[in-house]
Amino acid sequence: MAAQAASKDDASAPPASLLRHPLFRPLAALAVLLLIDLIAIPGFFHLSIKDGHLYGSLVDIVNRAAPLMLAALGMTLVIATRGIDISVGAVVALSGTVAAMLIGGGPQAELPLIWAMAAAMGAALLCGLWNGVLVSALGLQPIVATLILMVAGRGLAQLLTDGQIVTVYYEPFFFLGGGYFAGLPFSLTVVAVVFAVIALMMRKTALGLFIQAVGINPVAARLAGLRTASLIIFVYVFCAACAGLAGLMISSNIKSADANNAGLLLELDAILAVTLGGTSLAGGKFSLVGSVIGALIIQTLTYTIYSLGVPPEVNMVVKSVVVFLVCLSQSAEFKQLFSRARAA
Amino acid sequence: MKSPYFTPLVTVVLLLAMLGIGGAVYPGLLSVQVILNLLIDNAFLLVLAIGMSFVILSGGIDLSVGSVLALATMMSAWLLQVAHWPPQAVIALVLLLGALFGGGMGAMIHYFKLQPFIVTLAGMFLARGLCYLISINSITIEDPLYLAMSQTQLGFLGGFVSPSALIALLMLALAIFLAHFTAFGRGVYAIGGNEQSALMMGLPVARTKVLVYAFSGFCAALAGVLFSFYMLSGYGLHAQGTELDAIAAVVIGGTLLSGGYGYVAGALSGVLVLGTIQTLIAFDGTLSSWWTKIVIGALLFVFCVVQRLMAMGAARRAAA
Repeated sequence: MAAQAASKDDASAPPASLLRHPLFRPLAALAVLLLIDLIAIPGFFHLSIKDGHLYGSLVDIVNRAAPLMLAALGMTLVIATRGIDISVGAVVALSGTVAAMLIGGGPQAELPLIWAMAAAMGAALLCGLWNGVLVSALGLQPIVATLILMVAGRGLAQLLTDGQIVTVYYEPFFFLGGGYFAGLPFSLTVVAVVFAVIALMMRKTALGLFIQAVGINPVAARLAGLRTASLIIFVYVFCAACAGLAGLMISSNIKSADANNAGLLLELDAILAVTLGGTSLAGGKFSLVGSVIGALIIQTLTYTIYSLGVPPEVNMVVKSVVVFLVCLSQSAEFKQLFSRARAA
Repeated sequence: MKSPYFTPLVTVVLLLAMLGIGGAVYPGLLSVQVILNLLIDNAFLLVLAIGMSFVILSGGIDLSVGSVLALATMMSAWLLQVAHWPPQAVIALVLLLGALFGGGMGAMIHYFKLQPFIVTLAGMFLARGLCYLISINSITIEDPLYLAMSQTQLGFLGGFVSPSALIALLMLALAIFLAHFTAFGRGVYAIGGNEQSALMMGLPVARTKVLVYAFSGFCAALAGVLFSFYMLSGYGLHAQGTELDAIAAVVIGGTLLSGGYGYVAGALSGVLVLGTIQTLIAFDGTLSSWWTKIVIGALLFVFCVVQRLMAMGAARRAAA
């Protein structure tokens, strides 16, 4: 509503409420990136339809960002409870590996596809349950609890495949990561469904409120009668499920499972996406839309850097500078310093 | 309460048990040189873990150390091989820049109240990215001083150690002195215990916090120098994920991640535990290297659970 009102007024003086909207900064960052692309990359916004499928840079970016969006959605809820899950990458590797191994290397699946995928998701859910129990029942610090799985999970995936890349030749498996639905990449449908389900659960049930309460003050939440332990287990299981789905998507897209490299550092990108989306690592308030935008910012940034012909090795430097800038812009102390400097 | 001594003691007992069982199963494991090799091969990790101990004791975390290590190897290699600087100047500059890098992150964390996790994560990307800006290829180091440091064998208890191992042990001695016998060390523990109280007691919180991260950056750069003695090359992919090994070593050594509780000396036992696991797996020869990760994960799990159960027991005793 506020956005519509603002666009009708002249653009030079947006109302203060719009500037203070939590999604303003992430959206502005994304807009700046897209503006750079508009100027610097010819045909960036060009979309075409071939064989009934939509093609173009924008579709490409959103498609590539799909696994990261899934991981970031799961991570958002974990961070909302003041937690962190650094085992996301390992879970991605594990679920992709399980699915690829059960499908096997032949043109026919060794196990029906649906069972292979169910087994992969089952492995991911077990990982989430493990993390959740360590955090809630044993009271381990989330970073330590998930560090265990981060180290051991990838080791397990490598053990299963003996460190080799498992290639899949079974066609139907490729649909998840490379198929099209309603003219758009199918991965987008998956993200949209996951987003819709979790957003409805957060908005239409009290779950969102409960998760915020745990993040703001776990002790108070427990004293107020919330089942904090089950809530914490739920968010870690959900996060792992998202990671497992992302793992299936990635291995389906590259038509193989690579236990060594699949999802490497994905947990850090997911945390980054959540932070860029305006969710504080201190827990409490969170924004699912923000995390999706954060993931889009990261992917657009990567795409921009590559398309501008900047050597890929600069990618990490640019990324880190953007993170520093975004973090500083969210710091109250920095804003104070800035306004004081302007007054002087 | 005996708890503060108890967890590190458990680590040492477990380490000795592991070596004892290993020695019984694999003959030759308990030779002096195999034990000294633990120190030689993990000298850089020990130095990283020492810096990390201070950061964790102060209630923070530093994810950038592995990348800063890689950046230090890369800068050393470039300055020596391409710019032909004298090695002493290279080492001095690398150590100084490491400390400045860490101190810069510390200042951002303290003055702008940013989360250590995110700032050092961005620092990790930055340092790794800077490596690739210098070169995306590995640079071999042929400097005579580095070669000498790599090949010298100092006689020690019937075996030998490398100069790097000696430097790491000296760093450990310095760190123990800093942590337990100086005002700075007491400040670190106080801030880790409760930053608000530390501030109200009039402790120099800002200076201590920035110095802690500067020290960690310095240690990471020193670890990079030791690593380049060991590998005789600079490479942007060196030591990927080592920050987590360092954190694991500190945690296994009995330091609580919430800060304010533990011993810097625990870093040594933590590093030796990680090294021993790897040595056992190497001696076995039939286990694939993937098992290393799984066993490290399992051990980390056991440690955290034991630590946690003891803490809960202590809390219950205090309440009773």
